[in-house]
Amino acid sequence: MDFLAVLVVFLPLLGFFLSGIFGEKFGNQFSQLTTCGLLGISTVLAAYLFLRLGLKEETLFITLFTWIRVEFFEVTWGLQLDSISLVMIAVVTLISLMVHVYSIGYMKGDPGIPRFMAYLSLFTFFMLMLVTAPNLLQMFFGWEGVGLCSYLLIGYWYDRETANAAAIKAFLVNRIADIGFVLGILTLFIIFGTLDFSGMFELIGEHYDDSFVFLNGQYHALSLACFLLFIGAMGKSAQIGLHTWLPDAMEGPTPVSALIHAATMVTAGVFLVVRLSPLLEYTPFVREIMTLIGAVTALMAATIACVQNDIKRIIAYSTCSQLGYMFMAAGLSGYSASMFHLTTHAFFKALLFLGAGSVIHAMSDEQDIQKMGGIWKFVPVTYAVMWIGSLALAGIPFFSGFYSKDIILEIDWVSYLPIGKISFAFGITAAALTAFYSWRLLLLTFHGKPRADEAVMGHLHEAPLVMLLPLVVLAMGSLFSGSLLYELFVGDETNFWVGAIFVLPEDEVLKAAHHVDKWVHWLPTLVSFLGIGVAYLLYQFAKGWPERLSTAFSGIYTFLCHKWYFDKLYDWLFVKPAFRFGKILWEEGDQEAIDGLGPNGLAMLSMASGGILCRLQTGYVYHYAFAMMTGLVLMIGWYYFFR
Amino acid sequence: MATLPLLSMTIFLPLLGVLVICLNWGNSEIVRANNARWVALWTSLVTFGLSLVLWWNFNEAVSDFQFEDKFQWIPLLNVSYHVGVDGISLPLLILSALLIPISILASWTSIQVRVPEYMIAFLVLETLLIGMFSALDFILFYVFFEGVLIPMFLIIGIWGGERRVYAAFKFFLYTLLGSILSLLAILYIYFEIGGSDIPLALTTPFDPRIQIWLWLAFFASFAVKIPMWPFHTWLPDAHVEAPTAGSVILAGVLLKMGGYGFIRFSLPMFPEASAYFTPLIFILSVIAIIYTSLVALVQKDMKKLIAYSSIAHMGFVTLGIFTVDAQGLQGAVMQMVSHGLISAALFLCVGVLYERIHSREIADYGGLVHRMPRYATIFMFFILASLGLPGTSGFVGEFLVLLGSYQVDTWTTCFAATGTVLGAAYALWLYRRAIFGPLLKPKLKSLLDLDWRENLIFAPLVISVFFFGIYPMPLLTMMEASISNVIDQYNLALEVAGDDLVDPKKSLEVALFK
Repeated sequence: MDFLAVLVVFLPLLGFFLSGIFGEKFGNQFSQLTTCGLLGISTVLAAYLFLRLGLKEETLFITLFTWIRVEFFEVTWGLQLDSISLVMIAVVTLISLMVHVYSIGYMKGDPGIPRFMAYLSLFTFFMLMLVTAPNLLQMFFGWEGVGLCSYLLIGYWYDRETANAAAIKAFLVNRIADIGFVLGILTLFIIFGTLDFSGMFELIGEHYDDSFVFLNGQYHALSLACFLLFIGAMGKSAQIGLHTWLPDAMEGPTPVSALIHAATMVTAGVFLVVRLSPLLEYTPFVREIMTLIGAVTALMAATIACVQNDIKRIIAYSTCSQLGYMFMAAGLSGYSASMFHLTTHAFFKALLFLGAGSVIHAMSDEQDIQKMGGIWKFVPVTYAVMWIGSLALAGIPFFSGFYSKDIILEIDWVSYLPIGKISFAFGITAAALTAFYSWRLLLLTFHGKPRADEAVMGHLHEAPLVMLLPLVVLAMGSLFSGSLLYELFVGDETNFWVGAIFVLPEDEVLKAAHHVDKWVHWLPTLVSFLGIGVAYLLYQFAKGWPERLSTAFSGIYTFLCHKWYFDKLYDWLFVKPAFRFGKILWEEGDQEAIDGLGPNGLAMLSMASGGILCRLQTGYVYHYAFAMMTGLVLMIGWYYFFR
Repeated sequence: MATLPLLSMTIFLPLLGVLVICLNWGNSEIVRANNARWVALWTSLVTFGLSLVLWWNFNEAVSDFQFEDKFQWIPLLNVSYHVGVDGISLPLLILSALLIPISILASWTSIQVRVPEYMIAFLVLETLLIGMFSALDFILFYVFFEGVLIPMFLIIGIWGGERRVYAAFKFFLYTLLGSILSLLAILYIYFEIGGSDIPLALTTPFDPRIQIWLWLAFFASFAVKIPMWPFHTWLPDAHVEAPTAGSVILAGVLLKMGGYGFIRFSLPMFPEASAYFTPLIFILSVIAIIYTSLVALVQKDMKKLIAYSSIAHMGFVTLGIFTVDAQGLQGAVMQMVSHGLISAALFLCVGVLYERIHSREIADYGGLVHRMPRYATIFMFFILASLGLPGTSGFVGEFLVLLGSYQVDTWTTCFAATGTVLGAAYALWLYRRAIFGPLLKPKLKSLLDLDWRENLIFAPLVISVFFFGIYPMPLLTMMEASISNVIDQYNLALEVAGDDLVDPKKSLEVALFK
């Protein structure tokens, strides 16, 4: 069993090395076969582990070897397989496999296929390391590793200026958030003296009330640590303020967007807070902040998604928004609901992205939905799966998103924290907007009159089988994962999460959430239908209206089109000053002040004084004689008068 | 094995190579140059091998000096030839022994004039560096410490770039000025303890009021070497003008002399003064990390950019040293070794380009990945290591330093942590401009990827950065005992001193009117 678990994690790494080193030599097919094959084995093993361990509520710890040990600080490499990591492993390997297979078709003709496949496998490895980490530092290893792969894959088409800029932006925004992560790790180490999850959770009873002096204030140590870690989670999971990198990340190839920037990597932040549930339970303040941030993000991103025209950006903002839901639930102690939504979301969002990729593929790389339309007959499978994905996303009954979003909103409603009701309102509004932008996307992309030119329309074709197959698998997931997993994940009787998720008795919300009023249960569905209705109205029946609305509310419209001005603000606040400041420090600080006063100044001084002294040495004997005479007179005079 | 004077052999073996080169056989300039290259390479490789033998026979459990050799040198002055290594000097010794053959290999084709002299300079440099790290007598130490300047001065001044003379003098004067002050301090210690034995001095308690001045004298020397802000401006100039291999040694080993000095001398001999000046060091380190990172962001010259990044990385080292706890100090040594590998590799990366295009301007490049994929991969690896990605040795050092400093002062740690963002910014920005983008410049279109010699140069660096990133334990255990000894001694001294903290005014009076 141990060996199998190690294989699950390390086979993708092997795939990376094989494809990366020998890919050029043995060709594209070699790297496609090895990466997909190894990941396929990994996926099967992951499913096996899930069935063997997950369903039996067993936990497996594997220790590999020591990483860093200095005095009493010790971290080891290892794997921890409990229910949350098993769920993540299953989801990650399955979706990653689908994306790998899809990429064979999607990236056809690209000159860098071995490199692309290698990056995808490397990403999978890091993601698996992240979710199986038995301690925070190894988690950070995976965390930074997936960030690296995200950087490499966003900038995959390195000739493009925008892709490079987006890649660096993604890396740096995440790095800023990671300051929080690192400081959080340090704080937790000071509190507990260990970074192992099991070790920390055991000691919680002794340390839940510790305080810690940070900067100049004294804080509740656990709250401080969790808050800092949450900043890290906000970066990776693109929550408001640190979300700006995610939409830009769409510069990467579409399979990357599906795998990294929708289904797996961006959920790492959510995974982190779920993993730390035993700590978070003692920090209600941080959880309230988390809920608030999640709620605001869910709404903000949904509003922006309503006015975007790039098909991938719409889905990207939608991802932001859905991640907000997950934090909302986690903040109210609904960790299992977070995991549930994470799982269903992974299916339908990967599906939507890959479907969008198929559309882009069909439309000769067009991404603007204003230039699409009327193509549904030509790409029937894609059209069908996009419908399924949208239905799941909008939370229409019996599709997967319905179950997970519903339970989150119910938790919002029943939570005793005051923030719960606020987040419920935000969540409902965002749900309506979600349905609206999803159908806006569907209608503009597939229906109406074709707005693309002849050449593009002439080329229209359904994707090859190798791309359709993953779409169908994911569509199955979007259809059934909700209803199949409901009882296991968030049911009344479930013991699935025992040992992995911890909720204080007073915070127990799940049971109450199952017994809310009927209207709370059906309201999300109702507003979703409303959103769909409005979308039909505006984009199918009253076609002049969107135009008119945007001019009538031009203030709001520009505000949304500029994405709430986050990018402009940051550019003005951080990016430009950093460069300007660097220039000033270099030119004024180093060259003028330090060199001017230091070495060059001294050099000038000695040159100048040397020049003056030089003049004394005239070479005329009578000058020297005169000087000697003067000196003699002074010396005698001094002796005469003072001694 | 134990009876052989292994350490002394390691120190002086390179001089044997010098002797062989001096014989200067061969009937033409080209043959002589080639012979010199091969002799230098083999000598340095055997020296490296010997340093590994040292490691193999090193007893990690004890903190004492090992492989000691001691005999009278100048009996009249009670100065002896005394060498030995412990867990603090051995990693740096091995690092030096590793980087010299790499430097020689890197100069294989790029140096075409005065090749034998060049090789002699490097071998002499190797003897001096290894000797410096193992000297256990102050006079001997000073000879090695200062002696290093001479070959380095020549390497920059003769085989350097256009402004090499300015840079060489700046380098020389700066470091000399600092060292003169430390010589004064050494003389004081010499008269105080009646000899120049380092182990003796390390266990002699000094009057706290005198410590302040001795500490400052040593600080002048070490702060210039490492270099700390604001004594750093010689470094970018020296790097820019130095030949590639010169930069490798300069960044890889010479900067570590300062950090080594702080750990070896300042902490154990002047504990009270160190405690007194710790806030100053913290402030200067943080300024170094942020200031130089910002400056690195706007550099147009690749070598200058990497030079500035070195200063920022050294800021972590000084920060770690003066936390005086196990994590911080081991992190600092780890960071020194790791920076030695990574910055050496980055300068080699620039060297590869310089040899082909003869330009260091970032603007002259762009889109290199199209012609040089292997080079791009290796460069990317070291860029990532430089920004401290987990899994590379850079992360281990940085993280341990932060862990150590967080227990001492959270402000410092927060500021230092922002440095990691800036570090990522300038590193990726450099890479993006040089390597990514379309290949437009006609000059670059006929570039060739790395050849086997260049692969050979990078291979050991890639392997060790990666290896120590995931398994740094060999290094950490090597230094563990010695470092905990330093810490215990330091804490003991402070405990004895108690609340009787050093008063600067009083120490001023003592110094002036004693």
